[in-house]
Amino acid sequence: MCDRISQVPTTAGASTFSMEEACHKGKVGMTDLKQLPLDELHRELGGKMVPFAGYDMPVQYPLGVKAEHLQVRAKAGLFDVSHMGQAFLTLKEGTGGADAHRKIAAAIESLVPAEVQKLGKARIRYTVLLNEEGGILDDLMITRLPAEEDAGRLFLVVNAAVKDQDFALFQDKLKDVADLTILEDRALLALQGPAAAGIMEELVPGAGEMPFMSIMDAEIDGLPIMLSRCGYTGEDGYELSIPASQAEAVAKRLLGFEDVEPIGLGARDSLRLEAGLCLYGHDMTPAQSPVEANLNFAIGKRRREEGGFPGATRILEELKASTPSLRVGIKPLGRAPAREGVEIQSVEGEIIGVVTSGGFGPTYDGPVAMGYVAQSHAQTGTDIHLIVRGKAVPAQIVDLPFVPQNYYRGKKSS
Amino acid sequence: MTIKYTKDHEWVKMDGDVATVGITPHAAEQLGDVVFVELPEVGKSFATDDDMAVVESVKAASDVYAPISGEIVEVNQDIVDSPEKVNEDAAGAAWFVKIKPSNASELDGLMDEAAYNDHVANG
Repeated sequence: MCDRISQVPTTAGASTFSMEEACHKGKVGMTDLKQLPLDELHRELGGKMVPFAGYDMPVQYPLGVKAEHLQVRAKAGLFDVSHMGQAFLTLKEGTGGADAHRKIAAAIESLVPAEVQKLGKARIRYTVLLNEEGGILDDLMITRLPAEEDAGRLFLVVNAAVKDQDFALFQDKLKDVADLTILEDRALLALQGPAAAGIMEELVPGAGEMPFMSIMDAEIDGLPIMLSRCGYTGEDGYELSIPASQAEAVAKRLLGFEDVEPIGLGARDSLRLEAGLCLYGHDMTPAQSPVEANLNFAIGKRRREEGGFPGATRILEELKASTPSLRVGIKPLGRAPAREGVEIQSVEGEIIGVVTSGGFGPTYDGPVAMGYVAQSHAQTGTDIHLIVRGKAVPAQIVDLPFVPQNYYRGKKSS
Repeated sequence: MTIKYTKDHEWVKMDGDVATVGITPHAAEQLGDVVFVELPEVGKSFATDDDMAVVESVKAASDVYAPISGEIVEVNQDIVDSPEKVNEDAAGAAWFVKIKPSNASELDGLMDEAAYNDHVANG
């Protein structure tokens, strides 16, 4: 299979899920690849498996990337994101007690710029893990668990490609105050799309009115799940953390709904790109601070006054002044997609930046990209050139997202 | 009228002194949903295996190579305007270019259908 695909020549080479690249890696490292708990189900469903972040993962199903993308925007799609790292960070002195949350929050605040101490019970916060220079080591979700007996314990979800180093960092930096429990035996599924809330409400009464970025302990057919209302598509939806041994039953239950189709990594990438969401290792790396990455919302208000996170001096200075470059949305004005690595020039021909993610947006119905440009050219509406296959292609700096985010913002009043 | 194939999944059909070139349905299927096609200008000449056109799917960009040397005499604007046609009819209406071969005997070096099918089956 891979042999065949690799015969189709790929020149741009920069696409995250380029077939040739995927197959090449597959041939070399097939034996090292880890398998998802739902590996067998993906194959049954006709998933085309490729290596990603060390896992053998479905890049698409028979529906195809474009139709899968449109399915999620129109109805709902089920993603297996079990490759991501899940862990509990627990106060060493034990959970419970009035002050337990403040203590564990203060501990993790030494590594991230988010406001965690004031995070409400059962609420989720998006933020970034920083190195001493204020560069981004990863982005992650921090959840304050709802149960009283879990006070002093945070649930963390980090990116697959860097989970080992993230976890090592937590263990090293917080060893005196907290214990990290890596949840290797848990699967993570995502149900995303406008139909997700109705489906979840049917399975878990109350799920339909969960606030965006909140968690609840729930059961589906008697199976315990940690149900979070969040996602990576720009649509309303949920992520379900489930013991791996029970993941297949839950996945099949969700796939049993008429409005749900399995969705692969290909559509996951185009969905998040249209939604203006960063892919770690591409749109943000240790070379960028959260200010450069245009992620100021990941920095808490109190933290901006107090600092106390790695690289605070630089980041607080950048918040006041500016950064040399900025992550922006880029709309190629023609039909040609501009992929990762494409050089960005001013209309005068000066090199001003680089595309970090780019492709075709099926809902936007045109090419979409994001990248870093010099502040002098970062203003919305600025005309730029993208150097695609040696030719200057006109493009424009645009506001993100390309497609409006459709998150749940509370019950609509009738 | 015989159709010849390259190992890079292009097909060539000789009709009089003009060769029509496209990509195979197998290549189109492997690429996935095609969203962009770039074709050369009429009048441009290519040597065998030169980059001649570009086809991009939702997944990746791929070069289409000149299967034989010659001059471009016509291009299929339809697939530039509606790239999805490449997925619908790669072997027919979604041809890419017509080439006037500089040396028609180059076709003899390409695969016939049986050899191509074998190539696809065995990589």
